[in-house]
This record gives sequence, structure tokens and C-alpha cells, in this order.
Amino acid sequence: MNNQDPVWILGTSMTKFGRYADKDLIDLAAEASLGALDDGGVTMADMDVLAAGCLYEANGGVGQRLQKQLGQTGIPVYNVANACATGATAVRTVMMAIKSGEAQMGLAVGVEQMGKMGMLGADRAARSDKQVFERKGRFGSVVGVEGRLGTNMMPGVFAQAGMEYAYENDGVGFEQFAKVAQKNHEHSTLNPLAQYRKAFTLDEVMSSEVIAYPNTLLMCCPTGDGSAAVVLVSDEKLKTLPREQQRRAVKVSASVLTSDPWTEGCQVQPDVNTLTRNAADAAYEDAGVDPADLDLVELHDCFATAELRHYDNLRLCEPGGAGEWIDKGGPWRDGEIPVNVSGGLLSKGHPIGATGVANLFEVATHVRGEAGDRQVPDAKVGLAHVIGLGSSCGVHILERSGL
Amino acid sequence: MQISMVEYLKLGSEPHLVANVCTACGTSYFDRRNACAACGAREFTTERLANTGEVRTFTIVHRAARGVPAPYISAVVDLDGGGRVKSNIINIEPTPANVTLGMRVRLATYVTATDDDGNEAVAFGYEPAAA
Repeated sequence: MNNQDPVWILGTSMTKFGRYADKDLIDLAAEASLGALDDGGVTMADMDVLAAGCLYEANGGVGQRLQKQLGQTGIPVYNVANACATGATAVRTVMMAIKSGEAQMGLAVGVEQMGKMGMLGADRAARSDKQVFERKGRFGSVVGVEGRLGTNMMPGVFAQAGMEYAYENDGVGFEQFAKVAQKNHEHSTLNPLAQYRKAFTLDEVMSSEVIAYPNTLLMCCPTGDGSAAVVLVSDEKLKTLPREQQRRAVKVSASVLTSDPWTEGCQVQPDVNTLTRNAADAAYEDAGVDPADLDLVELHDCFATAELRHYDNLRLCEPGGAGEWIDKGGPWRDGEIPVNVSGGLLSKGHPIGATGVANLFEVATHVRGEAGDRQVPDAKVGLAHVIGLGSSCGVHILERSGL
Repeated sequence: MQISMVEYLKLGSEPHLVANVCTACGTSYFDRRNACAACGAREFTTERLANTGEVRTFTIVHRAARGVPAPYISAVVDLDGGGRVKSNIINIEPTPANVTLGMRVRLATYVTATDDDGNEAVAFGYEPAAA
């Protein structure tokens, strides 16, 4: 195989996101994996490699435990973790195995079972003050820094990321951030796989409980359970498969993973922008696609404040113009470039390991024309983006087969 | 006895922050370093940072980590003469009307905790300053 040849999504599936007290992690991963294999018309015996992404059981051998329920064929298994980009990293791992020529077909699955985990961030690291002071860690701190020297909790970190955009640009404020949540909740009403499917007025979004201003409760994604999977196949192998499988295959025109390069202040307030811009620019170049060509985008709206910044980072709007873009309806499902027609993380949910695969499922389903009530009319090309703090960013561009 | 809550806060008659500054490229850090993230060099000097600056971004945390009093204002401050620091905005009511992007602030300290031997940990924050 020539490593310039594209890799294809042959099959894909996801569980409904939600909270599953009656299922375990492997049940969820198995449901998505078997669904993706069935969708692609293949079996575990056809897989040359398996990558399993799961953050909270990263040391739990999730891939091997999954094989024991699906079929132990002895293929190499990679268990990966990369913050909120864990699922995208599993996909990249299989991509690299195929691109290198070591595999012709592989399964990438992302899964998480979080239940009602509460806010993520520094909560668990809080230190008791009842002690004799002793300097610890790289800052030589004698008491916990959370809440004393600002916040490291996710709602606040991403609120600050959004407010920094407001500092740098005009026409951005609480209302523009709130409109993001209004849109995504409205979109979710059409998605049967979403954790929450309830529309709210802008006033309801803005007047719900403040978690970390300007993020209210309805502007923060929930924790939850779920899984998503893709079967990837080489160009060479795809062309030996029956016509119908070739027709439904989705071309992966770009697959990029970046980490955060050093920028001013990045170790004080995480820079979620530069690595997203770098990933997006590389993906557009690899795919030969312009942002204006995109029929839909699934981006990482962990908080409403984050989504607004990413319109700019992914070049969906004019530089500095994200506030104006949402004011004129650009990212709505009937707008210029529909963003998060699935309901996004805000309403579809964010079981961390699953998220970066679920957004590929969503885009693939649209470019196949199989998205039912939420179908973006005649979608041919779409982009999927995830970002995990630390940081890691995955961007994929998918296109309709044409075969 | 009073002790600063983090090593980069220096107490005394005029409390101030210090940074580890890369001798090759001038990038500053608050933590213990192995090498410079910006250029890879391995030598650092210690420099004093300004006590004044302006609010680059903020959030008002209402649902806080366990044991942390809320609401409070978390912010990132651009210091005059260079350096960026994260801390709380203190000595004002934490409401959106009271804090603005670009607001001028200055460093202030307060006792944040006392240990079982009676030692006091001193924290720093930023309070509004005249423009």
C-alpha cells in the first residue's frame, strides 16, 4: 500500500449516550463494536488491529477485556488514553497501523462509564489544611491552590478561555455564549442518540444556575456513559470488497493529532486555540478542503464558551468574528455551516473516551445520507474536532465515497 | 510565623512574585523547571515581577471544589513589564458588574490558613487599582 492512499471508514456505530446502571463498560464497548462490525459487513476475524480508548480505566486492559467478549483472535491491541481526545487517538492509532502497511483493517472503539461524576478538574486533588505546613510539588505550595489562586475546574477554565476571546474581540459576551447552548439543545431534539433532548429559550439558558460565569448549568456538558466505534479499511482492501460496501464507505481525507506548542501564558491558562488552529490548518491542507466547503462540523463544545472560540480556531467565521457569526445564525442547522447538529457535547453528552469516535460516527452518518430526521441535506464533507486539556487535539475530515 | 502559600510569592515589607526566567529566551515560569518549554535551554535566573497589571480574563466560580468558599473570582492577570499569573480577584463583591476585562489591579496578600503549630499561610490575590 502507498501511504498517500486514503483510509476509509467501512462501518460505524454508537450507543445512545446516557447513564447505564444496568450495563458495564465492556457491554457498552461491545454494543458499539459489534454495531460497527455489522455496519461494515465484517467480523472480528477480519480485523488486523484493535485500539481501545478509555480515560478512567486507562490501566484496565479495556481492549483485551473487550476481545474476550467479541472474539480473541490474537491481533495486536493498543489501549490508549489522551484526555478528551482519547477516542480520536484510538482512531489515529488504527489509521497509523493501516498507513504503515501493518494492517489492512482495524477496529477503533472509544468508551467511558462516568455516571454522575460531577465537575472534573482539581476537585479530588484538594488538600486538607489540617496539618503542619510543608512545601510540596513544583510550586512549593503549602495549601491547595484550587480556589485560592484561581480555578482549575473545567467549567471555570473554559469560562476563562471564552472570556479571553471577549477580551481580544468585540461583540462577544454572555449572550453570544448562551446562544451556543440554545442552539445545541435545540439541535439535540432531533437526535435519538443524545443524552438530553430538550430545547430551552435563550432566557432559560441565561437564567439557569451559574456554575462558573458566564457558563450556566445549561452551558456545561453532562458526564455520562457510552461508546462509539469505527472499522477502518485500507484503500487497497476496500476495492476488493462488494460494491455496496464501497458505496457506503466514508473517506478519511485528513486525520491529524496535535499537542499544545508553547505560547505566552499557556502554563497559567491552557491555550486551547493554537493546537486547534494547527490541527485544522494541517487537516484542510491534507484534505484539499476549504472551510467554506464543509457541510457540517462536530466540534468540542464541552462548555458553550469553548464552542464560540472554536468557530474562529477552525476558520468557520471571519477572524475575531465568532460573536457576530452566531448572532447571524451561522452555526445553526439551517445556517452557513451547521455546527453540532447532533446536539454536541452539551446535550448529546460527553462520555470522554467515546466522544472523539462519536463525532466521526455523526459526520459519517450525514455524508452517507443516513442521519434520518437530523440529516443535513446533501452533506458531502464534514469535519470532526476534539480537544483534551493538557493538551491534545484531533481533527478529522470525512467525505462521501464517490465509489 | 507566616509562610507564603507558594514558593514564588515572597513576603516581607513589600510582598511580590518572583519567576524563574530562561537565560536564553527570557520566558518566565512559576514552577520548578527541568528545561525551558519555549526554547529547551536549561539555565534560569530568578526575577522579581511587577505588582500591578490588568485583567486579561476571569470567571466567577459559583459551584466550587469541595471546601472552597464560593462565589469567588478567578482571573488571569497580565503583569506590567511581562509575566502572566492566575489568581483570585479579591476585596470586591464577586458579581459580573464589579469586574471588567482590562481592569487595572494590584497584588494584595491575606492569611488563608493556619496549621496545627499556629503557622499562617499567606496567599495573594489582586484587588482593583486606580487606572
